[in-house]
Amino acid sequence: MTTSASAAPSRWARFRDSYLVYSFKRDLIAQVCLVTFLGMVLAAVLAPWLAPMNPYDLAQIDILASELPPFWIDGSDPTYVLGTDAQGRDLLSTILYGARVSLVIGFGAVILQAMLGVTFGLLAGYLGGRVDAFLMRLADIQLSFSTLMVAIIVGAVIKATFGGAIYSEYAVIILVLIIGLAEWPQYARTVRASVLAERSKEYVDAARVMGFRAKRIMFRHILPNTLSPIFVISTVQIANAIISEAALSFLGLGMPETQPSLGSLIKSGFDYLQSGSWWITLIPGAVLVVLVLVINLLGDWLRDVMNPRLYKG
Amino acid sequence: MIAFLIKRLFHALLVMFVISVVSFAIQDNLGDPIQQMVGQSVPESERAELREELGLNDPFLVQYLRFAENALHFDFGYSYFYNEPTTDVIMRHLPATLELVFATTLLIILLSVPIGVYSAIRPRSWLSRLFMGVSIVGISIPVFLTAIVLIQIFAIGIHVSLFPADTAWGAWLNGLLSTSGGMPAYGRGDVTHVFGTWDTNFASLNGLTYLVLPAISLASIMLPLFIRLIRAEMMEVLQSEYIKFAKAKGISMRRIYFLHALKNTMLPVITVGGVQIGTLVAYTILTETVFQWPGVGLMFLDAIQRSDIPLIVTYLMVVGLIFVITNTVVDLIYGLVNPTVKLTGKPA
Repeated sequence: MTTSASAAPSRWARFRDSYLVYSFKRDLIAQVCLVTFLGMVLAAVLAPWLAPMNPYDLAQIDILASELPPFWIDGSDPTYVLGTDAQGRDLLSTILYGARVSLVIGFGAVILQAMLGVTFGLLAGYLGGRVDAFLMRLADIQLSFSTLMVAIIVGAVIKATFGGAIYSEYAVIILVLIIGLAEWPQYARTVRASVLAERSKEYVDAARVMGFRAKRIMFRHILPNTLSPIFVISTVQIANAIISEAALSFLGLGMPETQPSLGSLIKSGFDYLQSGSWWITLIPGAVLVVLVLVINLLGDWLRDVMNPRLYKG
Repeated sequence: MIAFLIKRLFHALLVMFVISVVSFAIQDNLGDPIQQMVGQSVPESERAELREELGLNDPFLVQYLRFAENALHFDFGYSYFYNEPTTDVIMRHLPATLELVFATTLLIILLSVPIGVYSAIRPRSWLSRLFMGVSIVGISIPVFLTAIVLIQIFAIGIHVSLFPADTAWGAWLNGLLSTSGGMPAYGRGDVTHVFGTWDTNFASLNGLTYLVLPAISLASIMLPLFIRLIRAEMMEVLQSEYIKFAKAKGISMRRIYFLHALKNTMLPVITVGGVQIGTLVAYTILTETVFQWPGVGLMFLDAIQRSDIPLIVTYLMVVGLIFVITNTVVDLIYGLVNPTVKLTGKPA
């Protein structure tokens, strides 16, 4: 592609003048959400430098300092701003590291979903016929179960096959695989619908007449024109993937307590709710909700702006 | 109509077949039934003999057919943990889950229809905005977290001392924000025996109080979805020609909203509702875990922890059957109520 030649405005200039940026500047909620989201991602990425202690390092954990409350409650220790969990780990640190794990799994799972879903959606939409019928029937069957249900079943089977120890060791990869495999039909359906709309257009005919192969037409010609719906559902899918990961971890099918995600932090704190240590479970919970909420709100905003249902003719 | 019916039934059978193959593959590859039966002390030669006798060396297809034949008789073997037929274990746990799902569905229908319709009729009112705002927050809170927050507020109670307690307004605000708790949050409480394995929570006040928090938690995840769906569909319907015509005829607005518009609003809601039953079953696993509600969800999770493979497989088959039946019934109802759906072609 040689579109960024000297005569045309640069990519950055085109982006700056786009409707997307224009409406972003006028929408306060979208700005707040984006700032919050970027702040959380940054904090999670920089966790090893920001966190007061390393929750994976057993030497730093003081069991005598367990179940300390956060700073605004009597009996707190100023060393531990948000208090400590039942094992004496600093809650702020575990949350920073936990958000990191949650985000890695969320993004990883969505990348896998997108790769599978976009490929299958392109194949189904462009080739049509039996391929289409088979892939969409498969998607129908999988969607008639809920995606969470599929994830739980696959997780349970993997855990029963390989045992708890191996499952914990490779939990991140396994969770990405499970959530990625459970949700691909969402992408496939969206992509297929836009491919069907694009396929009959003249530029596709032109490409075909020029003798390009199906693979090239699908990925180089049609795919770029289906990006905006993909972009929109990706935000929602990331939020869903993070929630699914948290749910699986809460059920004991996710991240182990030694390498906690937000979900497993909530799970491990839940046992101490009755003894009054609500912060161990509710503070990570609040972080999870804020993270998912800002992603959902950004997704809502993107959908309104891009309106992927309307195809520019 | 007949063609549509046959097509749907064929589809249902196909899905059931896929589920049974998956279930069988799980059963076939996980765990060693010989190990479960005889333990460690039996020599390898006897094990091989037993394996041959039980037909475990037969080809995959033969074994699958045997599994399918037993499945058709609802015979899925014995649970390793309970040491009784898995179907009995499921039947013992199923009523608790069904009652929870029933209470949740009731809550969803009673709340989502009025709220959805109201916010479609008056989209700009502050109450509608509030509903929409709360619903996007509701979607973002995982169901188990809703449950935990409800337990903290209504079962354990919260003691707020944020405001100065020595002033009248501070004490009042503290009192206003604090809750005493006391709602039951674990198990089913007093149940009344109806018949067979069915004990009900609906017969006594004590039973009902145990149902409140789990049902609200489970409803919290579906309610925003349905409110938004009903609102969107209703707003679309209100734009259509026949509503304008009804208005021009001078029919009262109440009649238009609740008779003419609502009828067409509910069509897509039925299909989505059918699909969501599947999601609801998945979320019962989470809700039942938090509240220790003795239903099939909690039983399934326990079975996973205990590697109780026959029970896992039976659960998959039973839940799969529930999915297939509800989806098929929903499709058929949709075909019946919506005269525009192409019965022989692809469903809309």
